[in-house]
Amino acid sequence: MIDFKNAHELLDLCAETGKSISEIMIQRECENTEADRETVMARMKHSLDIMKESVKLPLEKPVKSIGGLIGGEAVKLDQHRREGKSVCGSVLSRAITYSMGVLEVNTSMGLIVAAPTAGSSGIIPGLLMALQEEYELTDDQLLSALFNAAAVGYLATRNATVSGAVGGCQAEVGVASAMAASAAVEVMGGTPKQCTDAASTALMNLLGLVCDPIAGLVECPCQSRNAIGVSNSLSCAEIALSGIEQIIPLDEMLEAMMKVGKTMPGTLKETALGGCAMTETGCRRTCEIFGGCQ
Amino acid sequence: MGFISAFDVIGPNMIGPSSSHTAGAVAIALLARKMISGKIVKVTFTLYGSFAKTYRGHGTDRALLGGIMGFNTDDRRIKESFQIAGDMGLEFTFQTNETETDVHPNTVDVCMTNESGFTTTVRGESLGGGKVRIVRIDQVDVDFTGEYSALIVIHDDRPGLVAHITRCLSERNVNIAFMKLFREAKGATAYSIVESDESLPADLLEDIRTNPHVKDCMIVQA
Repeated sequence: MIDFKNAHELLDLCAETGKSISEIMIQRECENTEADRETVMARMKHSLDIMKESVKLPLEKPVKSIGGLIGGEAVKLDQHRREGKSVCGSVLSRAITYSMGVLEVNTSMGLIVAAPTAGSSGIIPGLLMALQEEYELTDDQLLSALFNAAAVGYLATRNATVSGAVGGCQAEVGVASAMAASAAVEVMGGTPKQCTDAASTALMNLLGLVCDPIAGLVECPCQSRNAIGVSNSLSCAEIALSGIEQIIPLDEMLEAMMKVGKTMPGTLKETALGGCAMTETGCRRTCEIFGGCQ
Repeated sequence: MGFISAFDVIGPNMIGPSSSHTAGAVAIALLARKMISGKIVKVTFTLYGSFAKTYRGHGTDRALLGGIMGFNTDDRRIKESFQIAGDMGLEFTFQTNETETDVHPNTVDVCMTNESGFTTTVRGESLGGGKVRIVRIDQVDVDFTGEYSALIVIHDDRPGLVAHITRCLSERNVNIAFMKLFREAKGATAYSIVESDESLPADLLEDIRTNPHVKDCMIVQA
């Protein structure tokens, strides 16, 4: 049965078989769950459909979040780009718009795909939709990209963590960004090694990022961190695709991320006791949301 | 370590905003409702730890109530679950317990009453990423996750009960993945939980009930 425990083994498998990371991941899923390829692809198509809808919805019907800290950002960003005022250019502007929009859906009790978590759920759909529109990718290409992303996410889950409570935001937005970076490289024609290099760079860039949500809610700073997560993934894909090699392999970077997470103080790991949550304004908004200070 | 699927990472498909505080809450309630027979007419949720502090902002309350009504983690009706429960005549209450702190940070007690007036309380913990476990049924500490199909037998703590249960299973060619036995006290009420890879046949319950020391039994399919 095909399987791999780390990125090193994954790259060996790709080299031996001449297959892409996504193909290895699809085969692994089929063999280990005794499902046929059609079933596995249909299941991922369903996830892709939900992702697409969660990108579209906030552009059509913007809604306020439960805590009231966010809402309506995607429309503003979309309009800004359509007026030709974007600083970032089309692909990055779209990626930012869509990733922040998904967080609007998430925080207003809409339907999303956790990827790998709900708090980081905007990054992968934001990247995929932006690339699809910009480079006219097919849905089948996006499905491959999702399996590629899943391979990186699986390694992070297995060998490190994807929980903000355990590793801080680097484990959520950092990992989502690494997944997206790797997926972008494959879908744009890069090699498996370039995929894991891009993932490693993405984690490196966000190493140490703390989880400090105002009022403990998945709203602020989570939403704009999805924007930085997707921006980072595009930067890292660009770096890898240009032929620049990452010095530190993905496996070592995941280990480093886990170690940083373990040594990070508890106040900065999803407890709302530090960082943005404990700023003067963060505290005031918390009191307003809960109708009195706690 | 269990198999980590592509869909554990790209997923779950869920109503936001939080996999632990929303999707996990739905999952706990979905498991809890399978542990009482008949229609649930009244439910009281007692929230502990982080659940108690932030449940409104995470929609944990709507998620729990939705789960009790059988909604899955990706069911859009969760957002309207208060309204739907009201229309159905399901009585519901939320209360917080912030004095008991010796519990997992995301813990909830689900106290359900069915139409015959029978009440049972199930304690669940949301472990993150939508994963949950049930840790208490009434006064007995238990441990199961709902990832496997489970047979739960409530019986007197007497000799031969385990043999009776395993005989019923082996007659149906059911392979046991895990089996655990819990009890309130020696000679008092005991719980046997059998987990299996495959789904469990419904007619199993009739056979299990033929033993006079069996008080109740149920199947929670994965």
